[in-house]
Amino acid sequence: MAERRGIAIVPARNEEGAIGGVVSEIRAFDPELDVVVVDDGSSDRTAELAAAAGAVVVRLPFNLGIGGAVQTGFKYALEHGYELAVRLDGDGQHDPGELPKLIEPVLRGDADIVVGSRFADRDGAYRPPLARRLGIGIFARIVSVLVRQRVTDTTSGFQALNEHGIRLFADDYPHDYPEVEATVMVVRHRLTLLEVPVRMREREHGRSSITALRSVYYMIKVLLALLVGMFRRASPGGSA
Amino acid sequence: MTPFRVSVMATIASLLLLLVVFELIRSRRLRERYALLWLLTGLVLLVLSAWRGGLNTIAGWVGVSTYPPAVLFAIGTLFILLVLLHYSTVISKLSDQNVILAQRLALLEQRLGERGREAS
Repeated sequence: MAERRGIAIVPARNEEGAIGGVVSEIRAFDPELDVVVVDDGSSDRTAELAAAAGAVVVRLPFNLGIGGAVQTGFKYALEHGYELAVRLDGDGQHDPGELPKLIEPVLRGDADIVVGSRFADRDGAYRPPLARRLGIGIFARIVSVLVRQRVTDTTSGFQALNEHGIRLFADDYPHDYPEVEATVMVVRHRLTLLEVPVRMREREHGRSSITALRSVYYMIKVLLALLVGMFRRASPGGSA
Repeated sequence: MTPFRVSVMATIASLLLLLVVFELIRSRRLRERYALLWLLTGLVLLVLSAWRGGLNTIAGWVGVSTYPPAVLFAIGTLFILLVLLHYSTVISKLSDQNVILAQRLALLEQRLGERGREAS
Protein backbone atom coordinates (compact mmCIF):
# COMPACT_ATOMS: atom_id res chain seq x y z
CA MET A 1 0.00 0.00 0.00
CA ALA A 2 3.04 2.21 0.28
CA GLU A 3 2.63 3.35 -3.32
CA ARG A 4 -0.33 5.53 -2.44
CA ARG A 5 -0.82 8.05 0.33
CA GLY A 6 -3.60 6.73 2.46
CA ILE A 7 -5.63 8.10 5.32
CA ALA A 8 -8.10 6.63 7.77
CA ILE A 9 -11.05 8.88 8.57
CA VAL A 10 -12.62 8.26 11.97
CA PRO A 11 -15.68 10.30 13.00
CA ALA A 12 -16.14 10.27 16.77
CA ARG A 13 -18.46 11.83 19.26
CA ASN A 14 -17.98 11.23 22.96
CA GLU A 15 -15.97 8.07 22.38
CA GLU A 16 -13.26 8.56 24.99
CA GLY A 17 -13.61 4.93 26.01
CA ALA A 18 -12.87 3.55 22.57
CA ILE A 19 -11.10 6.15 20.44
CA GLY A 20 -7.60 5.61 21.78
CA GLY A 21 -7.78 1.89 21.05
CA VAL A 22 -9.27 2.47 17.59
CA VAL A 23 -6.46 4.85 16.60
CA SER A 24 -3.69 2.64 17.99
CA GLU A 25 -5.15 -0.37 16.24
CA ILE A 26 -5.18 1.42 12.89
CA ARG A 27 -1.62 2.65 13.44
CA ALA A 28 -0.55 -0.88 14.36
CA PHE A 29 -2.26 -2.31 11.30
CA ASP A 30 -0.32 -0.01 8.96
CA PRO A 31 1.99 2.73 10.22
CA GLU A 32 1.96 4.27 6.73
CA LEU A 33 -1.73 5.01 7.06
CA ASP A 34 -2.36 8.45 8.55
CA VAL A 35 -5.32 8.77 10.85
CA VAL A 36 -7.60 11.78 11.10
CA VAL A 37 -10.19 11.77 13.87
CA VAL A 38 -13.06 14.19 13.35
CA ASP A 39 -14.31 15.13 16.77
CA ASP A 40 -17.97 15.97 16.29
CA GLY A 41 -18.52 18.28 19.22
CA SER A 42 -17.55 15.87 22.00
CA SER A 43 -17.83 17.00 25.58
CA ASP A 44 -15.41 14.37 26.86
CA ARG A 45 -11.69 13.71 26.24
CA THR A 46 -12.15 12.16 22.78
CA ALA A 47 -9.95 14.70 20.98
CA GLU A 48 -7.19 14.55 23.57
CA LEU A 49 -7.01 10.76 23.63
CA ALA A 50 -7.14 10.51 19.84
CA ALA A 51 -4.21 12.92 19.53
CA ALA A 52 -2.29 11.06 22.21
CA ALA A 53 -2.72 7.84 20.24
CA GLY A 54 -1.16 9.47 17.20
CA ALA A 55 -4.08 10.80 15.17
CA VAL A 56 -4.52 14.18 13.55
CA VAL A 57 -7.57 15.65 15.24
CA VAL A 58 -10.01 18.00 13.56
CA ARG A 59 -12.41 19.42 16.11
CA LEU A 60 -15.76 20.67 14.93
CA PRO A 61 -16.95 23.68 16.90
CA PHE A 62 -20.31 22.01 17.54
CA ASN A 63 -22.09 18.78 16.73
CA LEU A 64 -22.83 18.46 13.01
CA GLY A 65 -24.07 14.87 12.99
CA ILE A 66 -22.40 11.92 11.36
CA GLY A 67 -22.72 13.17 7.77
CA GLY A 68 -21.14 16.53 8.45
CA ALA A 69 -18.36 14.95 10.49
CA VAL A 70 -17.46 12.36 7.88
CA GLN A 71 -17.51 14.99 5.14
CA THR A 72 -15.04 17.04 7.17
CA GLY A 73 -12.71 14.04 7.03
CA PHE A 74 -13.07 13.80 3.25
CA LYS A 75 -12.37 17.52 2.93
CA TYR A 76 -9.22 17.03 4.99
CA ALA A 77 -8.18 14.13 2.76
CA LEU A 78 -8.82 16.15 -0.40
CA GLU A 79 -6.95 19.21 0.81
CA HIS A 80 -3.96 17.15 1.82
CA GLY A 81 -3.83 15.23 -1.44
CA TYR A 82 -4.56 11.73 -0.19
CA GLU A 83 -5.27 9.20 -2.91
CA LEU A 84 -6.81 6.55 -0.70
CA ALA A 85 -9.15 6.92 2.22
CA VAL A 86 -10.71 4.39 4.53
CA ARG A 87 -13.50 5.14 6.93
CA LEU A 88 -13.96 3.52 10.31
CA ASP A 89 -16.35 4.31 13.12
CA GLY A 90 -14.94 5.75 16.31
CA ASP A 91 -16.63 3.19 18.55
CA GLY A 92 -14.39 0.29 17.60
CA GLN A 93 -16.95 -1.82 15.76
CA HIS A 94 -14.82 -1.80 12.60
CA ASP A 95 -11.81 -4.06 12.89
CA PRO A 96 -8.71 -2.64 11.14
CA GLY A 97 -7.70 -6.25 10.55
CA GLU A 98 -10.46 -6.35 7.91
CA LEU A 99 -9.09 -3.31 6.06
CA PRO A 100 -7.12 -5.25 3.41
CA LYS A 101 -10.41 -6.67 2.11
CA LEU A 102 -11.58 -3.12 1.48
CA ILE A 103 -8.34 -1.57 0.33
CA GLU A 104 -7.16 -4.19 -2.13
CA PRO A 105 -10.06 -3.82 -4.61
CA VAL A 106 -9.52 -0.04 -4.60
CA LEU A 107 -5.80 -0.43 -5.27
CA ARG A 108 -6.48 -2.92 -8.03
CA GLY A 109 -8.87 -0.41 -9.59
CA ASP A 110 -11.86 -2.72 -9.31
CA ALA A 111 -14.01 0.04 -7.85
CA ASP A 112 -13.90 3.66 -6.75
CA ILE A 113 -15.61 2.85 -3.49
CA VAL A 114 -15.58 -0.43 -1.61
CA VAL A 115 -18.08 -0.99 1.19
CA GLY A 116 -17.69 -3.59 3.90
CA SER A 117 -20.99 -5.40 4.27
CA ARG A 118 -22.12 -7.40 7.28
CA PHE A 119 -24.64 -9.26 5.18
CA ALA A 120 -22.87 -9.95 1.91
CA ASP A 121 -22.01 -13.49 2.93
CA ARG A 122 -25.01 -15.54 3.98
CA ASP A 123 -23.47 -17.20 6.99
CA GLY A 124 -22.66 -13.86 8.59
CA ALA A 125 -23.10 -14.05 12.33
CA TYR A 126 -24.26 -10.45 12.56
CA ARG A 127 -27.88 -10.15 13.71
CA PRO A 128 -28.95 -6.67 14.74
CA PRO A 129 -32.28 -6.03 16.51
CA LEU A 130 -35.39 -6.63 14.42
CA ALA A 131 -36.30 -2.97 13.79
CA ARG A 132 -32.82 -2.15 12.63
CA ARG A 133 -32.58 -5.27 10.50
CA LEU A 134 -35.88 -4.39 8.85
CA GLY A 135 -34.72 -0.85 8.11
CA ILE A 136 -31.44 -2.04 6.69
CA GLY A 137 -33.25 -4.65 4.59
CA ILE A 138 -35.74 -2.19 3.15
CA PHE A 139 -33.04 0.29 2.25
CA ALA A 140 -30.95 -2.45 0.70
CA ARG A 141 -33.85 -3.42 -1.59
CA ILE A 142 -34.64 0.13 -2.63
CA VAL A 143 -31.05 1.11 -3.18
CA SER A 144 -30.37 -2.08 -5.13
CA VAL A 145 -33.16 -1.12 -7.53
CA LEU A 146 -31.98 2.47 -7.81
CA VAL A 147 -28.36 1.62 -8.54
CA ARG A 148 -29.17 -1.55 -10.56
CA GLN A 149 -26.70 -3.53 -8.52
CA ARG A 150 -27.15 -5.84 -5.56
CA VAL A 151 -26.42 -3.99 -2.35
CA THR A 152 -26.88 -5.66 1.03
CA ASP A 153 -25.67 -3.20 3.62
CA THR A 154 -26.45 0.42 2.85
CA THR A 155 -25.79 1.61 6.38
CA SER A 156 -22.22 0.42 6.63
CA GLY A 157 -19.70 3.13 7.32
CA PHE A 158 -16.79 0.75 6.84
CA GLN A 159 -15.50 1.88 3.45
CA ALA A 160 -12.45 2.47 1.31
CA LEU A 161 -12.31 5.06 -1.47
CA ASN A 162 -9.91 6.26 -4.14
CA GLU A 163 -9.31 9.90 -5.03
CA HIS A 164 -12.49 10.12 -7.13
CA GLY A 165 -14.56 8.96 -4.20
CA ILE A 166 -12.80 11.37 -1.86
CA ARG A 167 -13.45 14.28 -4.20
CA LEU A 168 -17.13 13.43 -4.61
CA PHE A 169 -17.77 13.13 -0.89
CA ALA A 170 -15.72 16.19 0.00
CA ASP A 171 -17.89 18.21 -2.37
CA ASP A 172 -21.22 16.81 -1.32
CA TYR A 173 -22.28 14.42 1.39
CA PRO A 174 -25.73 13.72 2.83
CA HIS A 175 -26.57 14.38 6.48
CA ASP A 176 -28.42 11.65 8.39
CA TYR A 177 -27.86 7.98 7.70
CA PRO A 178 -25.56 9.34 4.99
CA GLU A 179 -24.44 5.97 3.66
CA VAL A 180 -27.81 5.18 2.08
CA GLU A 181 -28.00 8.33 0.03
CA ALA A 182 -24.27 8.29 -0.57
CA THR A 183 -24.52 4.88 -2.21
CA VAL A 184 -27.01 6.23 -4.72
CA MET A 185 -24.94 9.37 -5.21
CA VAL A 186 -21.86 7.36 -6.04
CA VAL A 187 -23.58 5.47 -8.83
CA ARG A 188 -25.29 8.57 -10.19
CA HIS A 189 -21.90 10.21 -10.52
CA ARG A 190 -20.74 7.21 -12.53
CA LEU A 191 -18.34 5.98 -9.91
CA THR A 192 -18.20 2.27 -9.29
CA LEU A 193 -19.17 0.62 -6.05
CA LEU A 194 -18.26 -2.78 -4.72
CA GLU A 195 -19.43 -4.60 -1.63
CA VAL A 196 -17.23 -7.08 0.16
CA PRO A 197 -18.20 -9.20 3.16
CA VAL A 198 -16.57 -8.20 6.42
CA ARG A 199 -16.99 -9.06 10.05
CA MET A 200 -17.84 -6.34 12.49
CA ARG A 201 -17.48 -6.36 16.23
CA GLU A 202 -20.05 -5.53 18.84
CA ARG A 203 -19.80 -2.00 20.11
CA GLU A 204 -17.28 -1.87 22.90
CA HIS A 205 -18.44 1.26 24.62
CA GLY A 206 -21.52 3.42 24.57
CA ARG A 207 -24.75 2.73 22.78
CA SER A 208 -25.72 3.15 19.18
CA SER A 209 -26.89 6.68 18.59
CA ILE A 210 -30.00 5.35 16.87
CA THR A 211 -33.05 4.52 18.94
CA ALA A 212 -36.16 2.77 17.56
CA LEU A 213 -38.35 5.84 17.21
CA ARG A 214 -35.61 7.92 15.72
CA SER A 215 -34.75 5.23 13.23
CA VAL A 216 -38.33 5.30 11.94
CA TYR A 217 -38.04 9.05 11.57
CA TYR A 218 -34.71 8.68 9.80
CA MET A 219 -36.09 6.01 7.53
CA ILE A 220 -38.88 8.26 6.33
CA LYS A 221 -36.46 11.12 5.92
CA VAL A 222 -33.97 9.06 3.94
CA LEU A 223 -36.73 7.60 1.79
CA LEU A 224 -37.84 11.12 0.98
CA ALA A 225 -34.27 12.11 0.20
CA LEU A 226 -33.87 9.11 -2.10
CA LEU A 227 -37.14 9.86 -3.84
CA VAL A 228 -36.31 13.52 -4.40
CA GLY A 229 -32.76 12.61 -5.31
CA MET A 230 -34.04 10.68 -8.30
CA PHE A 231 -35.37 13.92 -9.77
CA ARG A 232 -32.08 15.69 -9.32
CA ARG A 233 -29.43 15.77 -11.95
CA ALA A 234 -25.88 14.82 -11.13
CA SER A 235 -23.71 17.88 -11.49
CA PRO A 236 -19.93 17.89 -11.43
CA GLY A 237 -18.97 18.95 -7.96
CA GLY A 238 -22.50 19.93 -7.10
CA SER A 239 -25.29 18.21 -5.22
CA ALA A 240 -26.78 14.95 -6.36
CA MET B 1 -70.09 47.35 3.58
CA THR B 2 -67.56 47.78 6.37
CA PRO B 3 -68.88 50.03 9.19
CA PHE B 4 -67.25 53.45 9.13
CA ARG B 5 -65.61 53.18 12.56
CA VAL B 6 -64.11 49.79 11.82
CA SER B 7 -62.78 51.15 8.58
CA VAL B 8 -61.10 54.09 10.30
CA MET B 9 -59.56 51.92 13.01
CA ALA B 10 -58.29 49.38 10.48
CA THR B 11 -56.82 52.14 8.33
CA ILE B 12 -54.95 53.55 11.30
CA ALA B 13 -53.64 50.07 12.19
CA SER B 14 -52.47 49.48 8.61
CA LEU B 15 -50.70 52.82 8.50
CA LEU B 16 -49.03 51.99 11.80
CA LEU B 17 -47.80 48.68 10.37
CA LEU B 18 -46.38 50.46 7.32
CA LEU B 19 -44.70 52.97 9.58
CA VAL B 20 -43.09 50.26 11.69
CA VAL B 21 -41.84 48.46 8.55
CA PHE B 22 -40.46 51.73 7.20
CA GLU B 23 -38.67 52.42 10.46
CA LEU B 24 -37.18 48.91 10.49
CA ILE B 25 -35.83 49.40 6.97
CA ARG B 26 -34.52 52.87 7.81
CA SER B 27 -32.62 51.59 10.83
CA ARG B 28 -31.34 48.64 8.75
CA ARG B 29 -32.95 46.04 10.95
CA LEU B 30 -34.94 44.63 8.06
CA ARG B 31 -33.38 43.77 4.74
CA GLU B 32 -35.06 45.18 1.64
CA ARG B 33 -35.65 41.62 0.43
CA TYR B 34 -38.01 40.87 3.29
CA ALA B 35 -39.17 44.44 3.59
CA LEU B 36 -40.88 44.26 0.20
CA LEU B 37 -43.01 41.40 1.46
CA TRP B 38 -44.11 43.33 4.52
CA LEU B 39 -44.68 46.55 2.65
CA LEU B 40 -46.94 44.63 0.30
CA THR B 41 -48.84 43.20 3.27
CA GLY B 42 -49.29 46.65 4.75
CA LEU B 43 -50.52 48.05 1.45
CA VAL B 44 -53.05 45.27 0.93
CA LEU B 45 -54.36 45.78 4.45
CA LEU B 46 -54.55 49.52 3.90
CA VAL B 47 -56.53 49.12 0.68
CA LEU B 48 -58.97 46.67 2.28
CA SER B 49 -59.41 48.97 5.28
CA ALA B 50 -59.98 52.20 3.40
CA TRP B 51 -62.02 50.83 0.54
CA ARG B 52 -65.21 50.12 2.47
CA GLY B 53 -66.96 48.16 -0.21
CA GLY B 54 -63.79 46.32 -1.14
CA LEU B 55 -64.27 43.13 0.80
CA ASN B 56 -67.77 42.62 -0.56
CA THR B 57 -66.64 43.33 -4.10
CA ILE B 58 -63.76 40.87 -3.93
CA ALA B 59 -65.98 38.24 -2.26
CA GLY B 60 -68.37 38.72 -5.18
CA TRP B 61 -65.55 38.08 -7.68
CA VAL B 62 -64.54 34.79 -6.14
CA GLY B 63 -68.11 33.69 -5.47
CA VAL B 64 -68.29 33.94 -1.67
CA SER B 65 -71.76 35.20 -0.89
CA THR B 66 -72.51 34.11 2.67
CA TYR B 67 -69.72 35.73 4.64
CA PRO B 68 -67.38 38.16 2.82
CA PRO B 69 -64.71 38.34 5.61
CA ALA B 70 -63.96 34.66 4.89
CA VAL B 71 -62.10 35.92 1.84
CA LEU B 72 -59.90 37.97 4.11
CA PHE B 73 -59.09 34.93 6.26
CA ALA B 74 -58.35 32.82 3.23
CA ILE B 75 -55.98 35.38 1.74
CA GLY B 76 -54.38 35.93 5.13
CA THR B 77 -53.81 32.22 5.74
CA LEU B 78 -52.35 31.68 2.30
CA PHE B 79 -50.05 34.63 2.76
CA ILE B 80 -48.82 33.36 6.15
CA LEU B 81 -48.17 29.92 4.67
CA LEU B 82 -46.09 31.44 1.90
CA VAL B 83 -44.09 33.51 4.36
CA LEU B 84 -43.43 30.41 6.49
CA LEU B 85 -42.39 28.39 3.47
CA HIS B 86 -40.03 31.15 2.50
CA TYR B 87 -38.55 31.12 5.98
CA SER B 88 -38.02 27.37 5.78
CA THR B 89 -35.94 27.82 2.65
CA VAL B 90 -33.98 30.59 4.32
CA ILE B 91 -33.32 28.43 7.39
CA SER B 92 -32.26 25.49 5.23
CA LYS B 93 -29.82 27.65 3.36
CA LEU B 94 -28.44 29.15 6.56
CA SER B 95 -27.95 25.76 8.19
CA ASP B 96 -26.15 24.44 5.09
CA GLN B 97 -23.88 27.44 5.16
CA ASN B 98 -23.41 26.94 8.88
CA VAL B 99 -22.19 23.38 8.31
CA ILE B 100 -19.73 24.52 5.66
CA LEU B 101 -18.42 27.24 7.94
CA ALA B 102 -18.02 24.85 10.88
CA GLN B 103 -16.07 22.41 8.71
CA ARG B 104 -13.91 25.19 7.28
CA LEU B 105 -13.21 26.50 10.76
CA ALA B 106 -12.29 23.06 12.12
CA LEU B 107 -9.91 22.36 9.22
CA LEU B 108 -8.25 25.77 9.48
CA GLU B 109 -7.92 25.42 13.23
CA GLN B 110 -6.21 22.08 12.76
CA ARG B 111 -3.79 23.65 10.26
CA LEU B 112 -3.09 26.52 12.60
CA GLY B 113 -2.37 24.14 15.46
CA GLU B 114 0.04 22.22 13.25
CA ARG B 115 1.89 25.41 12.30
CA GLY B 116 2.15 26.36 15.94
CA ARG B 117 3.64 22.98 16.81
CA GLU B 118 6.13 23.16 13.94
CA ALA B 119 7.21 26.64 14.96
CA SER B 120 7.79 25.83 18.61
